[in-house]
Amino acid sequence: MTYTVARPKLSFSERLYVPAVLAGLKITISHFLKVLTGKTKVTMQYPEERWDTHLPEHYRGAPTLVKDEHGRERCVACQLCEFICPPRAITIKPGEIPEGDRWRKVEKFPQEFEIDMIRCIYCGLCEEVCPEQAIFLRKDYAITGLSRAEMVHKKEQLYELGGVMTGLVFKWNEKK
Amino acid sequence: MSEILFALLMALVKGVGLVFAIILPMVSYTVYAERRVSAMIQDRVGPNRVGPMGLWQPIADAVKLLLKEDFTPASVNKFYYWLAPACAMAPSLMALAVIPFGSNWFGQPMVVANVDIGVLWVFAVSSLGVYGIVLAGWSSNSKYPFLGGIRSTSQMISYELSLGLSVIPIFLICGTLNLPAIVKYQIENGWLISPIWLKGLSFTGIDFGLLASSIFSVNALFKLLLWVPLFISFVVFVVSMFAETNRLPFDLPESETELVGGYHTEYSSMKFALFFLGEYAAMITGSAVIVTLFFGAWHIPFLPTDPQQLPFLWGALLGFLHIVAFFFKVAILLFFFIWVRWTLPRFRYDQLMRLGWYFFFEIALVNILLVAFILAFAPK
Repeated sequence: MTYTVARPKLSFSERLYVPAVLAGLKITISHFLKVLTGKTKVTMQYPEERWDTHLPEHYRGAPTLVKDEHGRERCVACQLCEFICPPRAITIKPGEIPEGDRWRKVEKFPQEFEIDMIRCIYCGLCEEVCPEQAIFLRKDYAITGLSRAEMVHKKEQLYELGGVMTGLVFKWNEKK
Repeated sequence: MSEILFALLMALVKGVGLVFAIILPMVSYTVYAERRVSAMIQDRVGPNRVGPMGLWQPIADAVKLLLKEDFTPASVNKFYYWLAPACAMAPSLMALAVIPFGSNWFGQPMVVANVDIGVLWVFAVSSLGVYGIVLAGWSSNSKYPFLGGIRSTSQMISYELSLGLSVIPIFLICGTLNLPAIVKYQIENGWLISPIWLKGLSFTGIDFGLLASSIFSVNALFKLLLWVPLFISFVVFVVSMFAETNRLPFDLPESETELVGGYHTEYSSMKFALFFLGEYAAMITGSAVIVTLFFGAWHIPFLPTDPQQLPFLWGALLGFLHIVAFFFKVAILLFFFIWVRWTLPRFRYDQLMRLGWYFFFEIALVNILLVAFILAFAPK
C-alpha cells in the first residue's frame, strides 16, 4: 500500500536556516572551548601517559612461566596448555629428568618452551588449564620486536618475565 | 628608466616576499589549524606528535608529499593532467597582487599592484581557478573526478553572480574600485561592516566636538540606514565566498562520501599537494578580500594610520603592526571558515543551486537598488 509521508510544517525561522546555523556554530565552539580549556577528557597520550598504575586486577597481559620457592620450574611439560591454546602459540619440547636426580619423581620437564607472541591472543586458557600452576598471565602489554623471531618468547625470557611464586599459589587470586 | 626598473624590482620583492614569506607558510599552518580545530570541535586532540604541540606537522607533511611517488595513470590526457594543478594554484596567488596587506613600510606602500580595477582583478583572476578543477576532472578520464569537475563548474558560475553583485553597494558608497582607496574610505568613515564610526577618538585624546557631530547628525542617520544593506551584502559575500572556495557546506566538487576524492581523485604526490595548497590559498585570498572590503584591511582603530608621518623607527614599527593586523584579521576569518566547515553538513545539489539562483542572486540585486536609493537621498 502506498502512502504519503507527512512533511513537517516548518516555521519561518526554521525555513530561514540562519537560526539553526547559529545554534550549530554555538554547539561546535563550545566543544572547541571545552577541549581548549581542558574540560573535556581526551584520549590517553600513550607513550607519555600509561595505564600501568591503574591496570585492573583481572588484566590479562603476556603469559609467563614461574618458579617455586626452591627456584625450580613448576612446569612439568604435560603439554595441556599447548593443546588448549586456541591460536596454537605455545610449543613445548618435553624432556625426561634423568635417573638419580632429586626431582626424578616429577619425570618430565620442558626442554624448550616457546610462546609466539604474534599468535597469542591473551585469552588466559593456558593459565586456567595448568594443573601445576606454572603459567600465569602477567600485566606486561607492550610486547614489541623488530622481527618475527624476536617475538617468540623463549623459555629463559618467560621465566625472567614470570619470576618466582612461592607457596601454594592461589592462581585465581589475580583474576578474582 | 631607472625609476621604472626600481618600481619593477619593488613589485617583485613585494610579490615574492608576500607569497613565500607570508602566504605559503600561512597555507601550511591553515592546514594544521584545520586539523587541530576540527579535532577539538570533535572532542579529539589532533596532530600533536611532531615538535611542540605538533607545530612541525606541516613540514613533515610537505616532506612526505614531495617524496611520494608521482604517479600518472595511463589513461589520462597527459598535457591537461599536468596543467591542471598549476591552474588550480596560480590564480589564488595572483589575486593577492591587488590586496593592500599593509599601509607603508620603509616608504613603500604594502600592495604589490596599486591598480584602479582592484576588485575586478580579484574576481577575474579568482574565477580562473575553476579551470584547474575542471581540467583535472576532465583530463583524469575517470568518472568521479569528472562529476566533481562538472559540479564545480556550475557551482562557481552560479555563485560568481552573487559574489560580484553583493559588493557593488560598496563601490556605490566608496565611489571607487581601487582597493587601497576603499581602505582609505573605511579609515575615514568606519569599517564597512559597521559604518558608524565615532570620529575624534584616538589614543592621544578625545575630540568631543567631532565625536558629537559623528553621532548626532543627519549624515549619521543615513549611515545607520546604510548599515542594513551593507550587512546583507557582507553575509551574501561571505557565503558566496564559501561556495567559491569549495568549502563546506558547499564542497560538492570533492564530497568524499559521494565522489571518492572529487576532482583530484587520480592525483598523487606533489600534484595533489598543489590542489590542496591552491584550495587553502584560495581560502586565504578570499579572507583577504573580505578583510579588505569589510574589516578595514590593515587599519587598527585608534592608532595613527600613516607611518611616514612618524619618526623612522616608530614608523617602521607601525608599518609592521599594520601588516600583522591585516593577517591577524585574515586568521580570524580563516578560523571562522574552519569553524563553519565542522558545523554544517553538505548541501544537496539542488539546494545549492536554489540558494544561489533563487535567493542570493535576488537579494544581491535588491540590495544594490536599496543602497542606490539611500545614497540618492543622503546629503553629500
